[in-house]
Amino acid sequence: MTLVIGVGNPDRGDDGIGPLVARRIAECALPGVTALARSGDALALIEDWAGQESVVLVDAAMPNGRRPTPGRVHRIDLLAGPLPPGLALSSTHMLGVAEAVGLARALGMLPNRIVAYAIEGEKFEPGAGLSPAVAGALDEAVARVREEACALLAHPAEA
Amino acid sequence: MTEGPSRARTIRVEAIARVEGEGALDLHVRDGRVTRAHLDIFEPPRLFEALLRGRGFAEAPDITARICGICPVAYQMSAVHAMEDALGVTVEGQLRALRRMLYCGEWIESHALHVVMLHAPDFLGYPDAIQMASEHGEAVRRGLALKKVGNALMRLLGGREIHPVNVRVGGFYRAPTRGELAPMADELARARDLAVETARWVAKFPFPAFERDYEFVALRHAEEYPFNEGRIVSNRGLDIDPSEFDSEFEERHVAHSTALQSVLKRRGSYLVGPLARYSLNFDRLPAEVQALARECGLGPQCRNPFQSIVVRAIEVVYACEEARRLIAAYEEPEAASVPLTPRAGTGHACTEAPRGILYHTYTLADDGSIRSARIVPPTSQNQLSIEEDIRDVASAALDLADDALRDRCEQAIRNYDPCISCSCHFLRLSRHQE
Repeated sequence: MTLVIGVGNPDRGDDGIGPLVARRIAECALPGVTALARSGDALALIEDWAGQESVVLVDAAMPNGRRPTPGRVHRIDLLAGPLPPGLALSSTHMLGVAEAVGLARALGMLPNRIVAYAIEGEKFEPGAGLSPAVAGALDEAVARVREEACALLAHPAEA
Repeated sequence: MTEGPSRARTIRVEAIARVEGEGALDLHVRDGRVTRAHLDIFEPPRLFEALLRGRGFAEAPDITARICGICPVAYQMSAVHAMEDALGVTVEGQLRALRRMLYCGEWIESHALHVVMLHAPDFLGYPDAIQMASEHGEAVRRGLALKKVGNALMRLLGGREIHPVNVRVGGFYRAPTRGELAPMADELARARDLAVETARWVAKFPFPAFERDYEFVALRHAEEYPFNEGRIVSNRGLDIDPSEFDSEFEERHVAHSTALQSVLKRRGSYLVGPLARYSLNFDRLPAEVQALARECGLGPQCRNPFQSIVVRAIEVVYACEEARRLIAAYEEPEAASVPLTPRAGTGHACTEAPRGILYHTYTLADDGSIRSARIVPPTSQNQLSIEEDIRDVASAALDLADDALRDRCEQAIRNYDPCISCSCHFLRLSRHQE
């Protein structure tokens, strides 16, 4: 089984990209793939992925120290090491995705495979929709997450 | 910090990030004496009370739940009880029990988060729970499991765990079946064991020898450890109905805080929350919970704010027990809510949020629309007490180096679990000559 978790707040501009991708993946109804939208609370994420073979996280991100390229999609293998310091997965509050991964790693509660897709955003204002560049990246993000989810399903150990 | 010729030092923590509410610490010391201990709150005013004016009475629980993502049930419970007071309705029987059960869920998840993830690292010398987890994995896993059970109870009764949607003035939109609740009883039994282990774990932490002579304020009920009902009492003779709140308490504006500070009109600061609740209601705890508290080093009263972590752990044990007892006695009610007729009037209610009493009062017009609303949350009631704790804690620890002193002061703030989102450590310390 592969679990896709779209993280973000649909009412905070580009932060809504994660849940939107998850909804599109859910609509694909891929056998063996489940998709959820989540706020990104670290402890809830750890609960969600407990016992899962493989997980794909989808989240909006802001680059640290440079201007964002809105809509740019990054793939990060979370088992390979800590999140790249140049990229902050954006959580509007609480402990976020980075903390969830760190805590699960310390507790030995990470899934066998866990990959994050981070989509650079530019606007996170309350009540705003996706910015045009991020909306334009939606299809690419869905296609890549879909491909990843299926690859993890086919080869859970070495994907 | 700088030690100038007059031996003045200033410790300023600019942003207590990831607390629900934006705050900073401002501590001034001159010639070995604390001259200022301010908890600056610069969270922008949120204007909820104005937002409520003109809305229907039935909207209050859903609107006020949005004030807090950690204790939405507290806001919903104070709102529905105040509205029912205004409408002359009392909700009893199994609907009352379900409300109590829902509150148990919130106490479990809120306290478990604070005890294990946010507060424990202070005592064990870790900068955050993630680093603590590599050496105290079992304790962290217990905390996560407890929080999960609290969330599950809130989801079952409230529809979802954050900002539940099933609570209404008069009861619930839908009451659970016995069959739906049954599996929760087993989960709560396991959670109770985890909570007992957690209480024993935190009881062994090193606690600074520090006590203050607080005026404790909490609800007190004739038979129960309080959640939704009771008189507002203190250890200095206060004993009033929630409708008399304004005759004893007042909110003051202070320049360094956008939150109003609530004080007792005649006596000033007071303390609400686990320490006060426990100290005023120890005799309302079941014998086995009392015995556990004693085993964990607590007497029938606790005046050391650093031991609030133990009291919270004990309250988690109680909440697991109480929810299990309520589930065992549960029978499906005939209706999920009682009928209501809008009318003009004023209502008051006070309930026990995880962080202490939460007071709501509303005045309604004939058609049930809200003419005025006022909400006094626990953290604004504790604000002055937090500052007095910082003053005394710092005064007793002036020999510490700046970093250690700052840590001790932060820890004193976290004793209050000041309405959260607080993760662990986050503070910037600015040093300058006074």
